[in-house]
Amino acid sequence: MELLLASAIGLLAAGGIWLVLRARTFPVVLGLALLSYAVNLFLFVAGGVRTGAPPVAGLGAMTDPLPQALVLTAIVIGFAMTAFLLVLALRLRQAARSDHVDGKG
Amino acid sequence: MRHLVLLPFVLPAFAACVLLMLASRPRLQRAVSMLAAVAIAAVVLVLALRARGGVVETYAMGDWPAWIGIVFVADRLSTFMLCLTAAVAVPALLYASHRWDRQGPHFHPLFHLLWAGLDGAFLTGDLFNLFVCFELMLIASYALLQHGGGTARLAAGVHYVVLNLLGSALFLVAVGLLYRAGGTLNLADMAVAAAAADPADAPWWRAGCGLLLVVFLLKGAIAPLCLWLPATYAAAAAPVAAMLAVLTKVGAYAVLRVGGTFAFAAFATPWLHPAVLAAALVTLVVAALGAVAARTLSTLAAWLGLASSALMLTAFAVPEVAAAGGGLFYALPGTLGLAALLLLADAIRAARGASGDALERAPRMGGATALGALYVVSAVTLAGLPPLAGFLGKALILAGSADHPWVWGVVLACSLLQLVALVRAGTRLFWSVEPRPAAHVRPGLAPVAAIALLLASVVGVTVGAGPLSRFTAGAAAAAREPSAHLEAVLGAQRLRWTVRVPVEEGASR
Repeated sequence: MELLLASAIGLLAAGGIWLVLRARTFPVVLGLALLSYAVNLFLFVAGGVRTGAPPVAGLGAMTDPLPQALVLTAIVIGFAMTAFLLVLALRLRQAARSDHVDGKG
Repeated sequence: MRHLVLLPFVLPAFAACVLLMLASRPRLQRAVSMLAAVAIAAVVLVLALRARGGVVETYAMGDWPAWIGIVFVADRLSTFMLCLTAAVAVPALLYASHRWDRQGPHFHPLFHLLWAGLDGAFLTGDLFNLFVCFELMLIASYALLQHGGGTARLAAGVHYVVLNLLGSALFLVAVGLLYRAGGTLNLADMAVAAAAADPADAPWWRAGCGLLLVVFLLKGAIAPLCLWLPATYAAAAAPVAAMLAVLTKVGAYAVLRVGGTFAFAAFATPWLHPAVLAAALVTLVVAALGAVAARTLSTLAAWLGLASSALMLTAFAVPEVAAAGGGLFYALPGTLGLAALLLLADAIRAARGASGDALERAPRMGGATALGALYVVSAVTLAGLPPLAGFLGKALILAGSADHPWVWGVVLACSLLQLVALVRAGTRLFWSVEPRPAAHVRPGLAPVAAIALLLASVVGVTVGAGPLSRFTAGAAAAAREPSAHLEAVLGAQRLRWTVRVPVEEGASR
């Protein structure tokens, strides 16, 4: 289980970083999305990898609720940022007539 | 009045909501915005006065105990940074009320949201709440950076947003690592956990603290992550650029606060301080060279902004506490002078007509006497010349780093280069003017009043430098030796309660 999760986080992060280093804005946005998936998954597992634990106290060893709260906050923030960045990239493409990250052709 | 600690965060947030509803009545919006700004400035002044002498006030949200809830901590360091923000924000709003706030929609609500994020970041005592307040101020700054429109702002904006999103991703990874290491995210609780940590957990602590340091150095624009700053400052609208100057100080503040509370101790390697010091000195050299090479006044101001941020971090990276106190003191005149120069660059661009703020010969600008006087005062502050507070700040930093000849050499050489750049710019703008008839575009009253207010604050800092330098010395010492902070948050017995849940057999932790 840990191997699966670690490999998933690693692959998502690697793909995300590779895309962020591209010179066009849309791959950069996709790369940031992949990177945010990797980071959110990492944050979730930072609380401990445990399968089948009850989410409520009093029924035995419960899952740790704090990483789940952290991930929810991070997902919402990431969602807002991605939306803003997309609109910004679209406006840059429209204004500069090119989708190069530096705004020139 | 124990709820006063919450007000610097809540007041601007409420003001932003109210101002959003007043979007169709710009004059009323301006008035409400200025009223809210003055109220926030009054509140932070009262908080700073209450914190002198080392009193640490805490405010637990919802009265939840510290290990479960989020705590706001108002000690000397927090209230000093709150006062710095208010001292820049009120004149920036005054400057914007002249013309800039009509250049795009929703300037005032976004400005107050930025202010709320800044105040929250300075007050919070919880690492994840620091992340959330960072994001709040960053998203407001992304939107404000686009204020006024234009392709240059869009291109600078995309770079700024992508870099900061990467920084946020790293911050989250660091939070995950530190949560795994310590079981808590409250700064005071993490200090106790780090001190009592199992040596087997040391790699987690070290990785998390190292990543946090990288994120804060990105925010504070230290080499090699420094080149986004000049492009962003030069592209932003002037009142926005003035507030962006405070955003870089958040990075240095976070290094001092988080580093002093647990991160430097948990990182526990001998090469950390020299490495950060070397990076800050390299940034200072890059900034000085960029300032000399600048072709317009706003670019010059941007590179000088990088230099002031680098100098502040140099002071924090020197192990002696006296230098950190000097760096904190320097932050006040440094940021005020920088904000004044950024606003002045815009005023000169407006008054000079076709040549804008390019550093070349042009006809004499309208209102040259007033603008020239303001330029002289802000140049003296930024270059660190006597008698103003910029000199006092630099002198305190150098006095505190007397055992580091490299620091003295680099800081003095870069100050010389910055002085050369400022003198050259001033000569081209005000002295060697062409004999053609002058452009009769006088600057408005509000812009000149805003810049004069900033520079009057610098004079005020100079006059009150004695008590203020004792305040900042105490703040830096308390940040490096956080026992007062720990006691205020966790109680005298430093009781902790880990959030680790009991592990049953077969689970993988």
